[in-house]
Amino acid sequence: RARPDPRSSCVFVVRKDQDIYIQTLRKLFNESHGIFIGLQRSEEEFAGKSRKTQLVQVSKNYRSVIRACMEDMHQAAVSARDPALHSQYSTQVSILSAMELIWNLCEILFVEAAVAGPLLLRLLDWVRLHVCDVDNMVREVLSSENPSKHELFWNVVDVFVLQGRMDEARHLLSKEASANPTSVNMCRILDDLMKKMPVPSLGNTQTLTEMELKWQHWHEECQRYLQDGTFASNSHMESICKILLGDENAILEKKELMTTWYHFLVTRLLYSHPTVKPMELRFYAQSSMDLFLGGESSPEPLDTILMAAFEFELHQVIKECSIALSNWWFVAHLTDLLDHCKLLQSHNLYFGSNMREFLLLEYASGLFSHYSLWQLGVDYFDHCPEYGRVYLELHIERIPLNTEQKALKVLRICEQRQMHEQVRSICKIMAMKALRNNRLGSALSWSIRAKDAAFATLISDRFLKDYCEKGCFSDLDLIDNLGPSMLLSDRLTFLGKYREFHRLYGEKRFSEAAKLLLMLMTAHIAPCSFWMTLLTDALPLLEQKEVIFSAEQTYELMRCLEDLTAGKSDKQKFQDDDVETMKVEMLRLALARNLARVIVKEGTLEGS
Amino acid sequence: DGTSCVSVCARCLAKSDGVISIQDNRISIWSVGDLGNVGLNGEYQGEPQLLCDIRHNGDVMDMQTLSANQRWEKAHYHVDRDASCGGAACTGVICSNPEIVTVGEDGRINLFRADQKDAVRTIDNADSSTLHAVTFLRTTEILTVNSIGQLKIWDLRQQRNEPSQIFSLTGDRVPLHCVDRHPNQQHIVATGGQDGMLSIWDIRQGTMPVSLLNAHEAEMWEVHFHPSNPDHLFTCSEDGSLWHWDTSTSVSEKPSFLHQGGRSTTYFSHNTINQSVVSAWLSNDPTKDRMEITNLIPNQTLSVNSLDILGPCLVYGTDAEAIYVNRHLFA
Repeated sequence: RARPDPRSSCVFVVRKDQDIYIQTLRKLFNESHGIFIGLQRSEEEFAGKSRKTQLVQVSKNYRSVIRACMEDMHQAAVSARDPALHSQYSTQVSILSAMELIWNLCEILFVEAAVAGPLLLRLLDWVRLHVCDVDNMVREVLSSENPSKHELFWNVVDVFVLQGRMDEARHLLSKEASANPTSVNMCRILDDLMKKMPVPSLGNTQTLTEMELKWQHWHEECQRYLQDGTFASNSHMESICKILLGDENAILEKKELMTTWYHFLVTRLLYSHPTVKPMELRFYAQSSMDLFLGGESSPEPLDTILMAAFEFELHQVIKECSIALSNWWFVAHLTDLLDHCKLLQSHNLYFGSNMREFLLLEYASGLFSHYSLWQLGVDYFDHCPEYGRVYLELHIERIPLNTEQKALKVLRICEQRQMHEQVRSICKIMAMKALRNNRLGSALSWSIRAKDAAFATLISDRFLKDYCEKGCFSDLDLIDNLGPSMLLSDRLTFLGKYREFHRLYGEKRFSEAAKLLLMLMTAHIAPCSFWMTLLTDALPLLEQKEVIFSAEQTYELMRCLEDLTAGKSDKQKFQDDDVETMKVEMLRLALARNLARVIVKEGTLEGS
Repeated sequence: DGTSCVSVCARCLAKSDGVISIQDNRISIWSVGDLGNVGLNGEYQGEPQLLCDIRHNGDVMDMQTLSANQRWEKAHYHVDRDASCGGAACTGVICSNPEIVTVGEDGRINLFRADQKDAVRTIDNADSSTLHAVTFLRTTEILTVNSIGQLKIWDLRQQRNEPSQIFSLTGDRVPLHCVDRHPNQQHIVATGGQDGMLSIWDIRQGTMPVSLLNAHEAEMWEVHFHPSNPDHLFTCSEDGSLWHWDTSTSVSEKPSFLHQGGRSTTYFSHNTINQSVVSAWLSNDPTKDRMEITNLIPNQTLSVNSLDILGPCLVYGTDAEAIYVNRHLFA
């Protein structure tokens, strides 16, 4: 995404978006498409709380799709034998994991907009779900025969405390108590403190002030025990008590067990300010990150994004994510969701459309370069009110149409959206291809679909040309069964009728054939270029033993012949070869003879 | 799944609980597992296991299974035809062990045998337009439909390269995309068109369809009579719906569907031209023939490209690159 500098002359290496070709990610694109469509279609019938619940559910659905994809990708990484592939998949897994982390936080802060109280609980869940580096250690200790004797025992207790998992911590403490009689008393007290720790409730069982009051009392009690030196003989338990008191240094000592600054942030909040309000998060977040990183390392892109979220800088979050991620999927869907939460001001970008639309357009355009995912892109364009249609019109014409079925799908999309020009253009392309492959029936079928009279004329001319060259019709199954489509173009009608003439002649229904033949010329259905052929076709009818053409008809025929020859300039007549002149001569003779016979026949009185 | 699912085949569902699918031009056979894991509305809860996998050159448009011993013929019999400028898509395949018939965009009909490498017979330029689908009428006769709305019967015993009969739609020659024959009454044929219309033909008489039923809003990609319960017909379409047509008139037999979500049913009475009264499909008694039509897909989005049924199992694939298996169709 480098901005080209007009002053420098560089060569840009343009690379296709690779992500759409990764097998496992396609599930992500497909499933999220379904969720996206569901969201757009869900009317805002519900207001207030139920709408919010609905939106939270959508957010959860998106996240579960990300997680499912992560699983698949993980499996793929594990089973990949090629090291390059393995590393590619592993990278993808961590990217997906980061995406889910960010999305989850955004869900808590923006979609659900958790208030003080539940906010902390949600953040605790968030941390527990995403900081799993310690899971192995936990499993190891818990599954050992004598957990309290395990060297990592206290680490695990610390982990539980840091994550606010009091019950599990207390369970382990009881093991320590039973194994170590000397510390029974301390364990009991610590256990008691943990049990009594007030936590915000999700329901309306207590107000914030009540909770704060209780918490203050509890905090003081812990303070007393610490100052009394109750835990002095056991450094582990003393440090746990300090953590319970929210002692930053004590918490920071357990850096390796928390692994991230946001874990530190949540732990800090849990033990120093559990009723934190959303708007207060930013201060704690910034200081937590500073304390945790301690100047040793600088923040990574993920850290910046999370920080922006804690600061409630939505646009910053989206911007940072766009920069950090290699494809638009994440930002497009997240922004769309946030837009539905009515959180994005119509932030007009300099080319006029808003942020949500811009991102969706970029994402969908990326999909169009894929041979199969382009269909998803169509729906995304549909939901971009300003530029979606234009983008769709431009993209849909450029989809390579290697099979008819694909062309049919594209056409259906165009027809549903009244994109008549695109329909015509695509049908023309397909008809031309068919014509080149000598599939005249297919070509006609495409012209009928587009109601393209000009092309139908072209096809008919081809048929007629074939007839003139070979002396018989190809593809009779088509011409004999034109039906109402015959009326699409004059030339096509002529073709159908001309074939009918041949059929009538073949069935020896001469007078009908004769009438038809004449009508073809007099009604000007036949093109002038073909009149000679038609007149030549009339010859056998004129030569029949029985008189077929009436006087009237013969006059008409003669007139047609004269029109034809008169139309030719002298130069043409001179260039006409012998065959041509002979034909005309023969016709004149035959017509004259027929006229003679018919005059006699018609002049003769019947019977007597 | 990997690519738009263009064709599914449920042939082995009863025997090995398997489904064949397309994945990135790979033909894959999946095991859908045992019945123990089935959820409330018949949706399978576990993950399908991939049994085996073959690569194929080009889009796979159609597929069939061959023998009852679960021997799947491989892609090399699925021929890419040679038109004047390269390959043409093969649009349909049907087999009746050991014979395989294929048709394609080049208007050609090929006849293969499972044990012979080369085509036994080829009818070049059998049709001037694209042949969209083929099915067996009798062991020596096949039915084809094309893109100018014609249904043709070909007698393979005869050496001439002409169809023995041609049927066409009245009115506009709308392309026909799929065809299926009634399993027991071989004169009853159903076709689906580009305008989503379902046509029922009686090929013993006339050259026009017996009934025309306005069905889907877009191309009907596949139509199938239920093989053992032919009063039931299934159609799927580009408009994303899959319809179950039920003409069984006995009340006690009427299946009810536990399918979640919308269940839209319409009661239809036939408009028939013909007087044949044998099958429910051809019947014209307005008091008796009430047909129940149900859309089996609650939240339709993208096209349903293919479906297959065997016993109580329905399997279908969509353009959202997903395959759905419903094992309790008549629950």
